[in-house]
Amino acid sequence: MEQQYIDLYKSNDESIKKHSAPLMNNLRDDAFALFEELGFPTKALEDYKYSDLKEALSIDYGLNINRIPIPVNPYDVFKCDVPGIHSYLYFVVNDGFYPVNDPRNSELPEGVIIGSVKQVAETNPELFKDYFGKLSSAKKDGLLAFNGAFAQDGFFMYVPENVVLDKPVQLVNIMRSDVDFMAVSHNLIILEKGSKAQLLVCDHTVDDVRFLSNRVTEVFVGENATYEHYKLENTHVKTANLSTLLINQSNSSTVLGNVITLHNGITRNTIEIDVDGEHCETKLCGMVIGDKNQQVDNFTSIIHNKPNCNSQELFKYVLDGEAKGGFTGKLYVAKDAQKTAAFQTNRNILLNKTAKMRTKPQLEIYADDVKCSHGATIGQLDETAKFYMQSRGISEAEARLLLMFAFTNDVIENIRIPALQDRIRLLVEKRLRGELSKCEGCIICQ
Amino acid sequence: MLQIKNLHASINGKEILKGLDLTVRPGEIHAIMGPNGAGKSTLASVLSGNQAFEVTKGDVSFYGKNLLELSPEDRSREGIFLSFQYPVEIPGVSMVNFMRTAVNEHRKYKNLEPISATDFLRMMREKKELVEMDNKLANRSVNEGFSGGEKKRNEIFQMAMLDPRLSILDETDSGLDIDALRIVANGVNKLKRTDNASIVITHYQRLLDYIIPDFVHVLYDGRIVKSGGKELALELEERGYDWIKQEVDAK
Repeated sequence: MEQQYIDLYKSNDESIKKHSAPLMNNLRDDAFALFEELGFPTKALEDYKYSDLKEALSIDYGLNINRIPIPVNPYDVFKCDVPGIHSYLYFVVNDGFYPVNDPRNSELPEGVIIGSVKQVAETNPELFKDYFGKLSSAKKDGLLAFNGAFAQDGFFMYVPENVVLDKPVQLVNIMRSDVDFMAVSHNLIILEKGSKAQLLVCDHTVDDVRFLSNRVTEVFVGENATYEHYKLENTHVKTANLSTLLINQSNSSTVLGNVITLHNGITRNTIEIDVDGEHCETKLCGMVIGDKNQQVDNFTSIIHNKPNCNSQELFKYVLDGEAKGGFTGKLYVAKDAQKTAAFQTNRNILLNKTAKMRTKPQLEIYADDVKCSHGATIGQLDETAKFYMQSRGISEAEARLLLMFAFTNDVIENIRIPALQDRIRLLVEKRLRGELSKCEGCIICQ
Repeated sequence: MLQIKNLHASINGKEILKGLDLTVRPGEIHAIMGPNGAGKSTLASVLSGNQAFEVTKGDVSFYGKNLLELSPEDRSREGIFLSFQYPVEIPGVSMVNFMRTAVNEHRKYKNLEPISATDFLRMMREKKELVEMDNKLANRSVNEGFSGGEKKRNEIFQMAMLDPRLSILDETDSGLDIDALRIVANGVNKLKRTDNASIVITHYQRLLDYIIPDFVHVLYDGRIVKSGGKELALELEERGYDWIKQEVDAK
């Protein structure tokens, strides 16, 4: 499986580098060497035991190494999943930043830079070089190494000191191809001291071919800064979405992450939050609604390196059909990270006997003055609650729906963009009713 | 309206009801009393369609329909309401959403359009006053974090919203202080009409000071062994259940 990519790199590394930026290329050969050593992760690895990527990785995908422009009008294919949301709107088509002159984006506060990673590496090397690859290149992971070798572009956002973005930034990943396609991109987000930003990432597929995406996002949240990261995955069963989100927090910063998978094929979200400052607040939430043969693995780690920080994790899954869910909640509290308060919850509902859920809290605590807890449950819908509703005239189907909806409610409440919260409520309800909840613009859904 | 004939029911293979007969007509209030374990709550569960209980013998007809063939939701839509002894907490489902869904399902059954938002809110407001229910409770999740008394009030509130033809109050007085009891009983009395009926299941006579029954039945060992007027309740209060047990066992 790996060999074709190894050969591809060896025979095309010049083209890969030519169509990327020198500062990105600096790390490329090392990443490739690491990929040669590690290969793609398999279920034999402890950190990947709930992710079966073999089939998805065995497809013969095309890569767009020579950056041939993709004929697409993103506005045509993307009718927003979240109408009513006032946002700054940006597109990544497959794995390239897709420049559009959206009039809404002209209102960006002064000093904020949003654009292509490749371009910023060239125009603003001083911003770029201290951050790019700093988190990702330190890790020994096959998917990250692959990304380091093949990613040529991605999304970039810089928010200067004390600048507060008044509206969320919306990043739409559009997958568009006539043949089976692999997208590899690397995003970089920098929030300076005292700044605030919300990012909403939506994944969309346009064509009915096999897609695989390998996306890495590095986020640096400066002192006193607040960052919210929302990810809404609403793709199709032929999509494999392998994403890595690496967040670094400085003193007194606040981070909220909320990853929601409503429709997909295979999803692997690796999320690592490095709490590298004191008095930080960290909240990581997620929700999965899966049926058919969908597979979703959220592998999360929160690393407390410094004292006096709070973190909370809340993940909920509703699985039906033959769906497979996986959750890992790693929590590391370093020896010096005293007064850490860290709470983790993962609750899951299996609607039948064929859906599967595997969950693993993994706590490593080396400090002695901490408050930490974790809880994981796998169960069915509450029969007594269902009967109670039926006894009030509510049909069994509707009662089940209300209960499932209620189950996901606390994750939805952790969406601090009102229009997005309303929309996700609606999409979740539609999804639970078995209706298509996908974007009206997707060809597949029409 | 309700005719129960020779009803036998069991749970996990253990027979609890052993040939129960009862007839209820519109406008009547029946009290069912009896010692612990007599089958009082089982009767309530069976009438409301709780699947945990198996009916092994007998008939129950409600306005001529075979009640036992109806799903729990259809029983409710036909006009049977059970006030639970232990109301269930449903975190995440708001009272408003819960009640609107229930009311609309009842309306759909009667081929009526869903209720308008204004009408629904007005209805909520009126019925809340009936049981002196706090506005805050209506905005919370169903029964979540409610006190015992609030839960019971909430049951009567739901009863008012759904306007049943037959309400079954299962130990509605348990866990209530005297003020809550008065409020709950007042609610029930205000809802009483000549075209509806209630079965009040209770262990103690206390509730019957407030809700005056037309008939009092004593349930013992799965059967109704004695029936009388409201004075029977007073006699039970005074003498306990032992004399009835002895009477039955002597036969």
